[in-house]
Amino acid sequence: MTGTLSGALLVLAIALPLGATLLAFVLGGQAASRVARGALWLWLALAVAIVAAVIKQGEPISYHIGGFAPPIGIALAADGLAAAMLLAAAIILVAAGLFGRAAYPAPSWDKGGRAAYAYWCLLPALAASLAVAFLARDLFSLFVALEMLTFTALALACLDGRPSQFKAELRYLLFALLGSVLYLLGCALFYGAYGTLDIGLLAGNTRADAPTRLAGALMTVGLLAKMAVFPLHLWLPPAHAGAPPAGSALLSGLVVKGAFVLLVRLWFWVLPGPPVAGAELLATLGAAAILVGSVVALRQEKLKALIAYSTVAQIGYLFLMFPLLMAGDPDAATRAWMGGMLQATSHALAKAAMFLAAGLIVQSIGEDRVAGLCGAARATPFSVLAIAIGGLSLMGVPPSGGFTAKWMLLRASMDTGQWWWSLVILTGGLLTGGYVYRLVAAALAPAPAGAAPRPVPRIQEGAVLVLALLSMVLGLLPLSMLGMAQIGQPVITP
Amino acid sequence: MNAITPFALAAAGLVGLGLYGMLAQSSVLRKVIAFNLLGIGVFLVFGVAARRGAAAGLPADPVPQAMVITGLVVAFAATALALVLTLRLHQTIGAVTLAEDPAPPANPGTPPE
Repeated sequence: MTGTLSGALLVLAIALPLGATLLAFVLGGQAASRVARGALWLWLALAVAIVAAVIKQGEPISYHIGGFAPPIGIALAADGLAAAMLLAAAIILVAAGLFGRAAYPAPSWDKGGRAAYAYWCLLPALAASLAVAFLARDLFSLFVALEMLTFTALALACLDGRPSQFKAELRYLLFALLGSVLYLLGCALFYGAYGTLDIGLLAGNTRADAPTRLAGALMTVGLLAKMAVFPLHLWLPPAHAGAPPAGSALLSGLVVKGAFVLLVRLWFWVLPGPPVAGAELLATLGAAAILVGSVVALRQEKLKALIAYSTVAQIGYLFLMFPLLMAGDPDAATRAWMGGMLQATSHALAKAAMFLAAGLIVQSIGEDRVAGLCGAARATPFSVLAIAIGGLSLMGVPPSGGFTAKWMLLRASMDTGQWWWSLVILTGGLLTGGYVYRLVAAALAPAPAGAAPRPVPRIQEGAVLVLALLSMVLGLLPLSMLGMAQIGQPVITP
Repeated sequence: MNAITPFALAAAGLVGLGLYGMLAQSSVLRKVIAFNLLGIGVFLVFGVAARRGAAAGLPADPVPQAMVITGLVVAFAATALALVLTLRLHQTIGAVTLAEDPAPPANPGTPPE
């Protein structure tokens, strides 16, 4: 269980990017960029090693910091969920590192240099916060991870320092702060009731009494605010659409997934026999997010606003898994679980690719309205291809990762007799097809006369295309790889 | 009613005040102050939990106190970040609230360039 080598991997996954952040902060300039990129590649290697260790061991790997077991010490653990999310995060952050080489090269201390300096410090900081969010096994460490995520995400979103951005980001910060303080209040109630916040000790020992329910409700609402679930979604589109491309990609692809992992840990590990009515409420909110987010995305004029509303919709899919997991059918629960995990990872990859590609297109043709995209396919063919591939994954067209995710959720909803969720999944897919078609059709239209697109660096287009392809390849993975997601899957008895 | 009930009630009052302020106030500065009130209320809840959960012989359980210290640092950082953003917001566009910008002068008929 607490093998020293695999345990060391978990500690390194947090310590390495944190150390790189500090080093980049001290060194600055070109060195900061090199340190950050090197650390992210190493982090990717660590994530691969953790995935391999989890698969080899067939059960979650855990580590007690300093050798002190909970309740005195703090536990770290990597199960299938954590390992899969870690790997997806590492791939996206490495891509963001490649993308940033061209976007934030300036080593000097002028305005652009300051953004570059901040970017290279924040990239490994985001990696460290995500590692804590995925690996930590007590509710308070998860609170700290949540706050680290908020702070790094906010700074990444404000990187350009554009005045128009401050209002959206300040609104994001206030939502996030309210969310985390509600989460902290829930932690206090849990501690008061049980005297520990360790998830392993709480699991199976919580009672379905008033303090537990209140704490669970407060923490859930706090996390929903952080994930921008309908109807708390209004802060997300302006905050994500207004950020610089790399910031949008990281915010939409990864930061919301951190809160999602916390919510899953809370519901399926900590809460006593999670309330079915509550799960249905969550899924209803998710369904509303899918429908409202997709319809509003269809009507957006601006490229990045459209992609941001698509995030609101795609987050909704993650919540459909909650009632399906609790229906009491083990096969359906496994499908719902894998569907949820695949949706989280494939959306992360696809959405990061789409936001980065959108940034490249805007940079090349200098136009951010959907109607003005004509000629984009000629100017930036790989970016348009990445948007199309990412869009196919969001729609759920085979053989993409998004298809497998939605197929599993669809099967689970039919198996458990909750067919109404499958209607939502299918309608959401159609609406997604609508807005992706709008983007691709506009981009394929011939360029207006006299258009002079600026070339974009090949390495950026390459990184974006690889991300999109990976979201597609997720659907082709052999089942044994997908089986990793089941390692440590909670058994839910309704 | 025992010795810690007044503290628990005070914590509940602070949380309520802070929550109301964060949702109802329009000025960003007031929202930030309300966030701090809310935070202090939550820390007081931790304090109450520490006193209630104290083992025999100890005046208080030390773990929640450690959590409060961490929480204070986080809240301090969050407040600083929010204040910097508020200041920049005021310096760049002169706004002190998050209300939507007034709609730009409507000019129907001409498509936006």
